[in-house]
Amino acid sequence: MAEIIVKNGFVIDPARKIDGDVADVAIKDGKIVDKVGSGAKVIDAKGKVVMAGGVDVHAHVAGPKVNVGRLFRPEDKLFKSPMAQDKFRVESGFSIPSTFKTGYDYARMGYAFVMEAAMPPLHSPHVHEEIHDTPIIDEGALPVFGNNWFVMDYLKKGEVENTAAYIAWLIKATKGFGVKLVNPGGTAAWGWGLNCLSLNDPVPYFEITPAEIITGCLKANEYLGLPHSVHIHQNNLGNPGNYQITIDSLKLAEGIKPKNKFGREQVMHSTHIQFHSYKGSNWGDFESGAKEVMDYVNKSKGLTIDLGCVTLDETTTMTADGPFEHHLNGLNHLKWANVDVELETAAGVVPYVYDPNIKVCGIQWAIGLELGLYAKNMDRTFITTDHPNAGPFTRYPRVIKWLMSKKAREATLNSLKHKDKVIDATHIHGIDRELTLYEIAQMTRSGPAKCLGMSNIYGGLAPGMNADVAVFDLNYKNMPSDPEKIEKAFQRAACFIKSGEIVVKDGEVLDHGHKRTVWVNVKMPENPQVKRDIAQSFTKDYTVGIDNYPVRDYLVPHPFVIDVNVEA
Amino acid sequence: MATVTLKPTKVPELMLEGYTISPDTFAGKTPAQIAGLEGREGKIKVKLGDFFEVSGSPGKTATETDIVIAGDCSRVKYIGNKMTAGSITVNGNADMYVGGWMKGGRIHVTGNVHSFCGIAMEGGEILVDGKAENYVGCAYRGDWRGMRGGTIRIKGSAGNDIGTFMLGGTIIIEKDAFIHVSTHAEGGTVIIKGDVEGRVGGQMVKGDIFVLGKIKYMLPGFKKIATVEKEVDGVMATFDHYIGDLGERHPKSKGKEIFANLYVKAAA
Amino acid sequence: MPKLITQVGCPYCGSSCDDIEVLVSDDGTKILEVHNACIIGTNLFFHANDSTRPMLPRMRQPDGSMKEISFEEAVDWTAKTLLAAKKPLIYGFGSTNCEGMSAVGRVAEKSGAVLDNCASICHGPSFLAIFDNGYPSCTLGEVKNRADVVVFWGCNPMHAHPRHTSRYSIFPRGFFTQKGQMQRTIISIDPRQTDTAKLADIHYMLDQGHDYELFDAFRTVLRGHDIPDVVAGCKKEDIIRGATAMKKARFVMIFFGMGCTHTDGRNHNIDIAISLTRDLNSYTKASIMAMRGHYNIAGPGQVWSWQFGFPYCIDLSKGTHAHMNPGETSSIDLAMRDEVDCFVNVGTDAGAHWPIDAVKHVKKHPFITIDPNYCMASEISDLHIPVRIAGVDEGGVVYRMDNVPIQFKAVLKGLSGVPSDEELFDMIYERMCQLTKTEPVWLAAKEDRKYPVKV
Repeated sequence: MAEIIVKNGFVIDPARKIDGDVADVAIKDGKIVDKVGSGAKVIDAKGKVVMAGGVDVHAHVAGPKVNVGRLFRPEDKLFKSPMAQDKFRVESGFSIPSTFKTGYDYARMGYAFVMEAAMPPLHSPHVHEEIHDTPIIDEGALPVFGNNWFVMDYLKKGEVENTAAYIAWLIKATKGFGVKLVNPGGTAAWGWGLNCLSLNDPVPYFEITPAEIITGCLKANEYLGLPHSVHIHQNNLGNPGNYQITIDSLKLAEGIKPKNKFGREQVMHSTHIQFHSYKGSNWGDFESGAKEVMDYVNKSKGLTIDLGCVTLDETTTMTADGPFEHHLNGLNHLKWANVDVELETAAGVVPYVYDPNIKVCGIQWAIGLELGLYAKNMDRTFITTDHPNAGPFTRYPRVIKWLMSKKAREATLNSLKHKDKVIDATHIHGIDRELTLYEIAQMTRSGPAKCLGMSNIYGGLAPGMNADVAVFDLNYKNMPSDPEKIEKAFQRAACFIKSGEIVVKDGEVLDHGHKRTVWVNVKMPENPQVKRDIAQSFTKDYTVGIDNYPVRDYLVPHPFVIDVNVEA
Repeated sequence: MATVTLKPTKVPELMLEGYTISPDTFAGKTPAQIAGLEGREGKIKVKLGDFFEVSGSPGKTATETDIVIAGDCSRVKYIGNKMTAGSITVNGNADMYVGGWMKGGRIHVTGNVHSFCGIAMEGGEILVDGKAENYVGCAYRGDWRGMRGGTIRIKGSAGNDIGTFMLGGTIIIEKDAFIHVSTHAEGGTVIIKGDVEGRVGGQMVKGDIFVLGKIKYMLPGFKKIATVEKEVDGVMATFDHYIGDLGERHPKSKGKEIFANLYVKAAA
Repeated sequence: MPKLITQVGCPYCGSSCDDIEVLVSDDGTKILEVHNACIIGTNLFFHANDSTRPMLPRMRQPDGSMKEISFEEAVDWTAKTLLAAKKPLIYGFGSTNCEGMSAVGRVAEKSGAVLDNCASICHGPSFLAIFDNGYPSCTLGEVKNRADVVVFWGCNPMHAHPRHTSRYSIFPRGFFTQKGQMQRTIISIDPRQTDTAKLADIHYMLDQGHDYELFDAFRTVLRGHDIPDVVAGCKKEDIIRGATAMKKARFVMIFFGMGCTHTDGRNHNIDIAISLTRDLNSYTKASIMAMRGHYNIAGPGQVWSWQFGFPYCIDLSKGTHAHMNPGETSSIDLAMRDEVDCFVNVGTDAGAHWPIDAVKHVKKHPFITIDPNYCMASEISDLHIPVRIAGVDEGGVVYRMDNVPIQFKAVLKGLSGVPSDEELFDMIYERMCQLTKTEPVWLAAKEDRKYPVKV
């Protein structure tokens, strides 16, 4: 591979506490190095910002429910698909782009790694088929565990070790990355059309509570010492008054210590927390609970969060929180898709229009930004839109603009039909904070990489790390007064080098690069009981054979495997 | 007003996608420029001039532009696509998507039209002297926002799926229709002057349907509540007033459920 | 020693059973025994033993006869024909793996083709209903483990999906359904006295073509309104009895088939069935599922949705974006309206399944069949290219009717020199790139793809 040197840019690398120093970044054989020879290809970054490739900790980009969204929304493509360029595959879709467009769009924004946020284990070959068809970006996928029969069964009996052994087996079988919980217990209850709206609602038949599932999985995750912590979508998402249950479930992480060899400090990642920070008792007196939630998060070391910002677009909601999507469908009466997955999970998909003319949507928009603006530790607070739930990932640059510019926030606030009511129900109007480029780099690079236990690979520009380097057309010393220019700069990177190859130049994709699938291989001593339980369940309860369940190697042709060794 | 005349000179081998045939695109252009406008025949980029002789000249704006197609367009799709003003007259038949996504202006087809006439229309008028195939004034696949405004008048008969997901505007079919009228509609008015086979107002939430002929198979979800006198398209008549679809959800206004209305001309 | 291969997937119906056991000859070229499969599945496996299977492409000669040619010539002719056509139609994919469906995407983009699959003449109306109204569904294991009221509407699995009822829907003893059939109420809605109807606790023998009215009646009754004494030939009290059974169930499962999708109203029959399913979820748990026909006919819907955003009827002729509107871009409509000028029939038999008039229209232009076997389409083609049989001598991912991906394995060694669908499409694509002097677009992930066998 050729040598490249990115010269004279303003380097922002929070992983090494570098904030705007003018420096060169040298690249050789796909890695960042100290220096390169004089023959290296020169990228002139003078007057521009240089950051590591972006790391997305949570997005729904591949798999069955994403594809249901694509399939059942032809109108998401109508007049909205960009023109294909020569040498590239056709791009389709706005809120749920095709796999090709997903890869190209992330690359255009300078993103190197994206975590698919919810993989139904039974459908893991599908998830990997899609990842395989998504160009450029590296991806991993989190299998869901929070409503899994094995997990509930073992934890009901208090068997953390067996739970851990099962988790290890499933992550390996699905070539997954970590432990995702979605509405723990609630989605299992949805198998009978029910839900668990509090932490103490027992799951029908399994007689275990969401609190017990969460605590058990936290323990099992640290027992295994996985790179990532438990990654949770809490119960009672999207309902007024849910901020209290959110804080209560965050509290379950107290007293659990991170145990891993990957530099991860948190034991729980609480995702798209915007949807969980609602006060009020109904949609009429609905208001922001961002302050209360962030007061707790700011003082708790064992937590990381991502925002899940509402971007005021027409989008497609999709989650393994099956009962929530059913509930949402009852509110907006649009089409509703649902997939209950035997023994494991469920998923729902409903289109949604975050209409700036609707008060609640304006409040949701404000809450997402408030959470980011109230955050004290930006290395533990990440930018997401829970793509595509609160908005498509292609709106990250807009979220960055809002976070960096009070002027931009006020402009949007002024465009809301119920501006005054939104101001009354939120804090946004009174917040003057404007985040810096350094803080944005923490929230999109160093922070999420560390949270995923991959801070030695992604999210920084130290020698030895993966050569993912993004150049943005922003002058660090002389930031534009027009916030639109910030959005524009982050929408289309001036240059993006992925694994040492120039894949984007002047905002246009040049090359398909070399994508990889990152998965975690947990090696631990055989657990005969768990092995027997799995075998028995495949004979009796599943409808596929155990031979045909684990993802075959050829479906993941470019693996990057992180080994975890668990001692007996 | 200024008139541009397109005289068909060649029948496309496949179908011509004439999405540039609209006052909005023609306005302010010379005949030569119009002849050079793009169309598609399969993957081949063609020019309107390959299929039409262009004469006359358009106005400066769409509003001031009338287009006359002096001949048959049975193999031309997308006439008047997304147009906002001005007029188009087709002296003959036209293929699919006449007045698709139209926002304003007038289209008059003297012959028949194929399917998807007035799909997702927002405003303006479409008049068809002949008959229409399926999907008059329907929504695009998957979209819950169908026809929102404007008027479509088909002087002949129409096929199935009339006004699917309709939200507003008026569709008048002067002769018979087959099945599925205003399915999933949440507004708008459909008037069928002839007979309908059945499935009128299925899954309908709100809106009005008038049938001046007979409905062969009534849906079980419609219930007769009254007999009323109404004026429809300039004619007074006595109608049996049904509400429905009782199987579907309905919004409430001031505590009362709002149903869709189906008026069927009462037997004399 | 013959080898017994277990947990083999069956390349027949949408049940995609993966518990088949196949005894294969020592040299891996002959199937000796097949266990667990239904009679049709069994025969599909044995069919692979047929020594007369085509091994080389055959090209129509000026005198009308077919002559064997090399794969290289066949690839070249196909590439040139696709490039020369203004709007080719590539149709089929009822019986192949997802790898082939993925590879054909490149060929279709490069040739500006319309890409369509057998759903177009089968469960296409179900897609239209899903676009308009969603799809509250589940995997088949949920049916086995939970369902206590199972509705078969316009479908007859006892004949069309022979092991469906024993593996998933009527007989199996599941986790919460330990008593199996005893615990399930079976409702059949069919104008005919089918073998599935004979198993039913309630059989509605409705008037043919009036499914929509009957669904509307169920919905109206569920909302507490009155209905006429007879709807679609069914008595009011029977309708109320069925509606009550569904409402009181713990888990209602509605399976529907061609009886709904190919009678008047088509998509609307499915659409209102989806509405009924949604309504039932206000009282209990309910799910709905299309009885997809072939073992991987759900596959193209998945693969093409992630590649292009649409499951079928995908018009790529613009080169800049994909367009879909069944009624316009659906195979039969395109054929009948003379909108295509080249036809490629892949892994299906358009000659047998299409209306004869539609076949006559596409027959005016170059007609290519890609299929492991001789079929009606292959015999009227200008070119027939044989490929390996997905699920027998070629593995790969297939999607079961509930969209669960199942990784099928090959049980036989492939015929020497005969490529898989994927390999063939990649060869055609590369040839098209050579002819147009353009660089092929392989995503990085394709770099070490299983490369075509040397031919």
